[in-house]
Amino acid sequence: MVNHLKTALLMMSVLLVACATPTKTPISLYEEIGGQPTIEAITDNFIDEISFNKDIYRYFEKTNITRFREKFIEHLCVDTGGPCTYTGDTMLKVHQGQKITETDFNLTVDLLVNAMKKAGLTYVQQNRVLKVLAPMRGEMLYK
Amino acid sequence: MRGKHIKTVMVGGIFLCATPIMAAEGKLLATAGLSQLEGSGGGGLVPWATLAGYDSRDETTALLFMTDVNITDYRLSSIGVATSFYDRVELSYAQQTFGLPVGLVKQLSVGEIKQNVIGAKVRLYGDVVYSTYPQLSIGLQHKQLDDDSVATALGAKDDSGTDFYVAATKVHLGAVAGYNLVWNVTARATKANEMGLLGYGGPDNNGYQMMMEVSVGLLLSPNWVVGMEYRQKPNNLSSVKEDDWTDLFVSYMPNKNINFTAAYADLGTVATQKDQKGVYLSMTGYLW
Ligand code: HEM
Repeated sequence: MVNHLKTALLMMSVLLVACATPTKTPISLYEEIGGQPTIEAITDNFIDEISFNKDIYRYFEKTNITRFREKFIEHLCVDTGGPCTYTGDTMLKVHQGQKITETDFNLTVDLLVNAMKKAGLTYVQQNRVLKVLAPMRGEMLYK
Repeated sequence: MRGKHIKTVMVGGIFLCATPIMAAEGKLLATAGLSQLEGSGGGGLVPWATLAGYDSRDETTALLFMTDVNITDYRLSSIGVATSFYDRVELSYAQQTFGLPVGLVKQLSVGEIKQNVIGAKVRLYGDVVYSTYPQLSIGLQHKQLDDDSVATALGAKDDSGTDFYVAATKVHLGAVAGYNLVWNVTARATKANEMGLLGYGGPDNNGYQMMMEVSVGLLLSPNWVVGMEYRQKPNNLSSVKEDDWTDLFVSYMPNKNINFTAAYADLGTVATQKDQKGVYLSMTGYLW
């Protein structure tokens, strides 16, 4: 019994130590993934993914894609710590009234993951981008 | 029995291959968890706050699972189904078959112990990935032994019982050097001896006791998870000692229709036999 507990605690501490180890990179995620060209590639791939997905495309039918592209690039640049200024509207304002369901939100995240993968981001880099975006979900769902 | 299991899985497998598009796909891959020994969505030993499946608030899911645990002196298999509705309610059913060694069988005149478990779980708060605080659920597992002769012989008071639990689960995106970390803590009120296979309550204790259960996992890729689990156990029977359980697991989730888990489990002393260690294998197939 005591032995099991010891093993369990040991395993936990190994994982926790791993948590505490600081990530080595002093450079921003933006620079690490390749800067502006990569941000643009992700955005273009994302738009491509959306245009082939009928469940998500229907939200964008009336959207000015040129504007969306520009604002999304700015947003992603800021999210990853890049040297940009976001000039678009707040996430709440943009997504309000669209009644985005949880299924569609999660599906959009899958499309964004595909877009990042195609732009050459590693699994770890994808996770780090998602980590920044995840808290914004509350401003988008069922609004 | 074994033949029957394999058939069930094969039929399940064919069904799965034929209908990949219908699967509920509302969640990030590998965030739906596994099928727990008693049928609930969770890790292998521990029920989690997550519900069984990838469904979002607009979807439902159903799955079949099959688990085999092969330890030093015993075998335990568990097969069952689970469904989950709109990421709110989960219902599950599992049939457990505990195979006893021939030596013990002679003494007890039974070759195996069967138990049926019906489970229900309700998500109270949160989303395992997206909410600030962990996802929180409450659940119960109602268990009934087919035959109470072993339980009675060992001094158990009852051949059926109900466990109640509260579970908290959270995925931290990019938490460990950029990898996603998942943890779960469950508090379970139970009277069960060895999960109920040896009955409920006993001479040393016949009331509910609170047991702590913990899982930690690391998502190494969208398809691979490694981790460990710990399940605290009561000690109600004076005739047979009962130990806490631990395991180390690896799960492979090639897509949102199926997952496979292999684990090394250490169950300590089980029904008089010491050092029960061995391999835990489990497969879950999502029907939709
Ligand atoms: C983390 C996820 C998301 C981020 C970071 C994000 C970001 C953005 C940005 C920066 C804009 C442009 C804002 C502007 O024009 O001022 C935008 C517009 C838009 N987004 Fe999102 N978005 C996300 C998720 C979603 C989801 C899940 C949907 C729908 C399923 C969606 C649908 C739209 C639509 C339709 C527009 C254009 C609105 C219009 O036509 O004016 N977005 N988003």
